[in-house]
Amino acid sequence: MARWTRRRAQALAVKTGFSFYYIVFIIFIFGPMIAMFVLSFQGRRGGSSFPMRGFSFYWWERLLQPSTIGDLQGALGRSLILALVVMAITALFATMLAMAFRRKFWGSNILFYTVMLGLMVPGVLLSLGLATLMRQLGIPPAWWSSGLGVHVVWTLPFGFLVMMAVFNRFDSRLEEAARDMGASEWTVFREVTLPLILPGIVAAGLFGFTLSYDEFARTTLLSGEFNTLPLDINAQMTQRVRPTLFALGTASTIFSLCLIGLFVVVYTILYRRSR
Amino acid sequence: MLETAPPHAKEHQTDRFHGGLIGRQPTPPQDVSRLKKSKRDQGFHPGWLVAPATTWLIVFLVVPLIGIVVFSFWTPKSGGMTPDFSVANYVNFFAQEGFLDTDHRNFLKPSIFVTTLWTTFRFTFTVMIICLIIGYPIAYFLAMQVKNFKWQLALFLLAMVPFWTSYLIRAVAWLPMLGRRGLFNKMLQSLGIIDKPSSFFLYSEFGYTMALTQLYVVLCIGPIFFSLAKIDKAIIEAAKDMGATNFQVFREIILPLSLPGVAIGMIFLFVMLMGEFATAVVVYGGKTSTTGTVILNYYAIANYPFSAVNAIMLMLAMMIGVVFILRIVDIRKEL
Repeated sequence: MARWTRRRAQALAVKTGFSFYYIVFIIFIFGPMIAMFVLSFQGRRGGSSFPMRGFSFYWWERLLQPSTIGDLQGALGRSLILALVVMAITALFATMLAMAFRRKFWGSNILFYTVMLGLMVPGVLLSLGLATLMRQLGIPPAWWSSGLGVHVVWTLPFGFLVMMAVFNRFDSRLEEAARDMGASEWTVFREVTLPLILPGIVAAGLFGFTLSYDEFARTTLLSGEFNTLPLDINAQMTQRVRPTLFALGTASTIFSLCLIGLFVVVYTILYRRSR
Repeated sequence: MLETAPPHAKEHQTDRFHGGLIGRQPTPPQDVSRLKKSKRDQGFHPGWLVAPATTWLIVFLVVPLIGIVVFSFWTPKSGGMTPDFSVANYVNFFAQEGFLDTDHRNFLKPSIFVTTLWTTFRFTFTVMIICLIIGYPIAYFLAMQVKNFKWQLALFLLAMVPFWTSYLIRAVAWLPMLGRRGLFNKMLQSLGIIDKPSSFFLYSEFGYTMALTQLYVVLCIGPIFFSLAKIDKAIIEAAKDMGATNFQVFREIILPLSLPGVAIGMIFLFVMLMGEFATAVVVYGGKTSTTGTVILNYYAIANYPFSAVNAIMLMLAMMIGVVFILRIVDIRKEL
């Protein structure tokens, strides 16, 4: 009996130790972001590091004014449009691919590895390859053409893996039942398959949106004359670092977090409904 | 199978809707079994499903990569390149002036591009190891110690949140921490460990490594967590019942079964870190270059073939690394 309690005490100690370590880890991961958040309220005369000299919304206001360097509002708009389009294409392609992969077909292995290659190739290589190619062909790069192209290459593997996982757990008998009752392929998809995989499609879309919205490396050489938001942030960083940059970073992070929250809510609702 | 269906079934099929005049008639049940397609023909045709994505990937992924290989053999000229076959770019990558000249001080000295690639690899390797040491216990804690599923999911998502936020902004966030007047210096000073602000953090190897670790550690936690969560708890119980200590359970069961996840995480980190270039500029002040920055610099001065050579060398280094990891751990069983 004594041994049993000692074991339990030991297990509790281990768990407490791990919990403590987890908290330290979370502080390590979020600490810099929180410091950035606090510094964005730096007083008007304060600099880009501690201590705080007063508290003000000065740098946040600067964010809303037309900026001297770069075109922040325009970049934000372009990034949002791009992210929405990438989200739609990722969700669509990922679903189609995963549906095709439910069966073996000719070249399925090669295709699988090609999709995964998009995840594995560093952004700078893809950027270089496509930018050089387009230069040689005389096509000017633009965020809505070449930028969109490489963004989907980057987001598709994530969406694809999500949809593969969804179809792995999918009960095909439901579809067969519908077919047996004479439903056409489109009807089966619309009435049976789609409602069941909708939460997965939302998750794939989340990857598409957020990864595209934050994408930097692949867009570096491919956005053409107009910047996306991360490129604009990068351009600002090469100037003197001011708390405006921190305000921008905070705003962007909060936006990302709201977005994740929204997706989680939508996902939960759809998931409950599909049960 | 339609082909083997008797004639009346076919007839029935062609006139199923009666020209759309009378409306849809229910198919007699005995015919349904004959009309039912074989398993192979069910669902949409894979060809149509994969065609758009495949085309997209060929245009925006495969062709550009082939392009890099082709362009690396072209000859640079001012403001562009000409399609004249040349290996001079590769020679320039490896050898500098006087490489084969025994009297020259550069004799058999690797060029700056080789050393840059080596530096890139060194940082990558260090950060990978640190991420593994930091990340594995987190994944272990989440998968093994947190028993409540809701808590597990919540804590896992909390740890993964940075993955969905801008990595550039997370790099920027390090600036107020590391500088001479940054938080680290302030803290160390108030603790009395140092008396003068140290420039040890910002634009130093230490600060760079730490920032990279913080930026990328979440990438390896995910795969390790998933492989740990898949382990059947009954095996662990059985081992404990037979008197295995916690450490034995870890060494004999948990560690081997989590290796595929570790390998996937490490491959992920390796590939991302080798292609890294933005953090080097932000946190390291461009004091050192990675192969990524070299590629961009040569692109900026319009020497595209040389940029392509650097890119290919980077790709080769990555392939060797990935194959090496796969030699240690066989992840094919996992996929």
